[in-house]
Amino acid sequence: MTNPNKYRLRRTMMFLNCQKPGLIKDPYIYKPDSIMLDLEDAVAEREKDAARFSLYHALQEIDYRGVERVVRINGLDTDLWREDVRCAVAGGCDSIRIPKTETADDVRTVEYAIEEAEREFSRPAGSVLIMAALESARGVINAMSICDSSERLFGIALSGGDYSRDLQISISGTGVEFMGARQHMIIAARAAKIQCFDTVWTNLDDMEGFRKEVEVIHSMGFDGKSIINPRQIPVVHEIYTPKEKDIIFAEKVIREIDDKKAKGIGVFTVDGKMIDIAFYDGAKRTIALAKASGIYKGDL
Amino acid sequence: MEIKKTAVAGTLESSDCMVTIEPSAKGLELDLESAVIRQYGKRIAEVAMETLGRLGVENARVSIVDKGALDCTIKARVECAVMRSAEYEGRIGWGGVIK
Repeated sequence: MTNPNKYRLRRTMMFLNCQKPGLIKDPYIYKPDSIMLDLEDAVAEREKDAARFSLYHALQEIDYRGVERVVRINGLDTDLWREDVRCAVAGGCDSIRIPKTETADDVRTVEYAIEEAEREFSRPAGSVLIMAALESARGVINAMSICDSSERLFGIALSGGDYSRDLQISISGTGVEFMGARQHMIIAARAAKIQCFDTVWTNLDDMEGFRKEVEVIHSMGFDGKSIINPRQIPVVHEIYTPKEKDIIFAEKVIREIDDKKAKGIGVFTVDGKMIDIAFYDGAKRTIALAKASGIYKGDL
Repeated sequence: MEIKKTAVAGTLESSDCMVTIEPSAKGLELDLESAVIRQYGKRIAEVAMETLGRLGVENARVSIVDKGALDCTIKARVECAVMRSAEYEGRIGWGGVIK
């Protein structure tokens, strides 16, 4: 059975360093959809052990008030990731993010470790989801097989820093260097019917650039963006909030399709636009986003 | 768990605490410093002593400098200091001695 959280709303995923108790004690006040509790790059090498103890107790004792708790484990090329998985699953995390994913086998390797941990710590089988970060040219090229690798996989994410290093380029701020990867990943994710997330924007002094980038990835079809600062959350949520005219149109589309389907009519017009069943899921998604944004007042 | 050497975990940043643990032959000795010692000193000591008890630490000198840490942080820092001090590198007993 598919985990009911697999397709939950994930417009914002805020990175938090598990080494810092001040960061992980109350991030829910900023209302991100997900938090990314980081055991990997943000944590100093000599503090990996300390970060795990903090993570375990935070997961056990802090009420994150419905915010999804994703744990980024250390890479599969380290001797840390297996204990990271045990810690995260025992603590009660919702999902695990695999860094530097390059192949479908990477996902399956972590999946087996999660299965073992679910048994060891008496968690229901399948309760822990997975997301895969693609951080290299090889990972991006293999996006399709990675997306198809596991029923637990809810999404893939572009990790721009490592990806740009692998491509031997620098990040321009225009997004031109990520165009190919973004387009390829969103197509692969949609083909596999999973979600797709964009990389972080690190220049906190350039909020206008950040806004433009979010508008671009929103129009490309990304489900959300990784973020590094609470100031970025309202910008993403605003851009992902459907406009009133879109909500009204979506309501009409859903009602008309339901009505016309019952009458055996496949193609018709709404407000002068040709509509068929292909518009149904998009309209449903608009209503779901409107509900999640707290602005929907209708009855669908 | 045997305390073999002096070890430290945590920082002096806000919402954290710094735990130092040293070998001793005189049972458990706890030294606590906190700006909120009147309100929370007893609770911090309780959490630290319970955690040491779960880890089977019977002899140690423990110093805690608290900067407004939650219970979960106090436990995490004490556990980490003990593991480092005992030079433990095996699988961690999540949900067992660690809870």
